[in-house]
Amino acid sequence: MMSLASLTSVAATLLILGIIFILIVNINSLAQGAKEQFDTVQVYLVDGLETSRIETIGQDIFALEGVREVTYETKEDAMEKMKEQWQENGYLLDGLESNPLPDSFIITLNDIGFANYVVRNVEKLEGVEEVKYYQEIIERMMNIADMIRTVGLAVMFTLVALSTFIINNTVKLAVNARRREINIMKYVGATNWFVRWPFLVEGTVLGLIGALISAGIIYALYQYLHTILSSQFYVLIAAYLVSIESVMRDILILFVVIGSGIGILGSILSMKKYLDV
Amino acid sequence: MHFADRLPEDLPQIRLEGVTVRFDNGHEALKDIDLDVRKGEFIFVVGPSGAGKSTFIKLLLKEYDATAGKIYVCGQKVSNMHRRKVPFLRRQLGVVFQDFRLLPNKTVYENVAFAMEIIEAKDRDIRRQVPMVLSIVGLADKHKLYPHQLSGGEQQRVSIARAMINNPPILIADEPTGNLDPDTSWEIMKLLRQINQRGTTILMATHDKNIVDVMQQRVIALNNGVIVRDELGGCYGCED
Ligand SMILES: Nc1ncnc2c1ncn2[C@@H]1O[C@H](COP(=O)(O)OP(=O)(O)OP(=O)(O)O)[C@@H](O)[C@H]1O
Ligand SMILES: [Mg+2]
Repeated sequence: MMSLASLTSVAATLLILGIIFILIVNINSLAQGAKEQFDTVQVYLVDGLETSRIETIGQDIFALEGVREVTYETKEDAMEKMKEQWQENGYLLDGLESNPLPDSFIITLNDIGFANYVVRNVEKLEGVEEVKYYQEIIERMMNIADMIRTVGLAVMFTLVALSTFIINNTVKLAVNARRREINIMKYVGATNWFVRWPFLVEGTVLGLIGALISAGIIYALYQYLHTILSSQFYVLIAAYLVSIESVMRDILILFVVIGSGIGILGSILSMKKYLDV
Repeated sequence: MHFADRLPEDLPQIRLEGVTVRFDNGHEALKDIDLDVRKGEFIFVVGPSGAGKSTFIKLLLKEYDATAGKIYVCGQKVSNMHRRKVPFLRRQLGVVFQDFRLLPNKTVYENVAFAMEIIEAKDRDIRRQVPMVLSIVGLADKHKLYPHQLSGGEQQRVSIARAMINNPPILIADEPTGNLDPDTSWEIMKLLRQINQRGTTILMATHDKNIVDVMQQRVIALNNGVIVRDELGGCYGCED
């Protein structure tokens, strides 16, 4: 009764909302993953150090505040790792006469905030050739993630407001069409709730149907995205995608709450005027 | 019960004490009205256009609020009544309008049943009551028709049936014959008289001089928001 227009508007709102939600959730997960991956400091050692010196350096690093873990990696380990990463091209590395990679320590930090302090102190140690750290990349990534989150939330709020407004208007039309009936009801002694509940039920059902439709579409889209990403060379990204099940659970809760909320709010707001008789 | 809420003794069915209605634009449609209506009375409210007749009726229905004064209806103080209680006040008052106010997409039967559905009456009661009231107003054979298939007089009968269906102690009518020809008007008046004789108080605003003069009931004449005359067995203008 209350027309396709409001149904479409709820569904469209929730759809965009869901896409933004998925975007935010995944960016969070990706950022978290990247942070863990890159949240290490690489310490390259001068070639040919004595074992005792290497041990001292390791202990000195471990003694620094903010260091959670220190792992020693020989040049041979490093070569193995690189071969793995190069995969089928790994044979190219076999052609090298000597191993050009340095021995190194990999430091895991308690918190990214200790990075500068640790790097500064490790650089001072004797026998350390170079200290590498991906701070800038991580910070830039965090900034982008933050921005997307903020913008996404703003867009979400705007959409919900807009959709409430649209529902409010369509319900207003429906109520207006039944103004006469409502007026008579009020004269005969109907309570406000008696007049209100059919519209309320209508608004809520509308919101819920919209929620289910958009949840269905989101499910299909997200599954499609998963398939594409995991089957091609984006496996790395796909590993960070949040699972469909957990996303859909959140989305369903979100949609049912927002969908029925929009419906209820929209109908209550639009009826106010006609009930004051 | 608070002392302030205690009702006056020997309260008639309707009492107005010093009631004034002033609109936002400053216009006073009713000025310091005192009035008692006893159960079972038949009252005409007359007066020139703009005298305040409809305002008086809307006041009783709590569509307008009194700016000053006290109003009692059926043992309830209406003047400071909470909005939530208004529907229950209205169930004591059957209302009939000049323009019938029927729902065009409902049949005669449904229009009347509607008033019972609103007060959440049992289906069984609805099925029993509606045909009974329709036969009282003489429309038993037309219950399946829609308002547009009825004459004005018949439509007004439907609206009277709707007003009576929940057995209100008071029936209020604002120019119920205003859109009807004289013969039809008289049929409606006979019906109202009949309802009155069964004990229902009737308050009717009207411009119909002939009806008022012939019926010889209590007449309250308003002019400029003031009661200028209130007499039993009165006439409409009494100028001649
Ligand atoms: N809501 C309102 N706001 C301002 N003025 C109003 C309002 N309702 C009525 N009035 C004024 O109050 C006065 C009395 O109006 P009312 O409708 O009671 O007259 P009436 O006696 O019923 O007239 P009629 O015989 O034409 O129906 C009029 O001057 C009218 O303009
Ligand atoms: Mg009037």
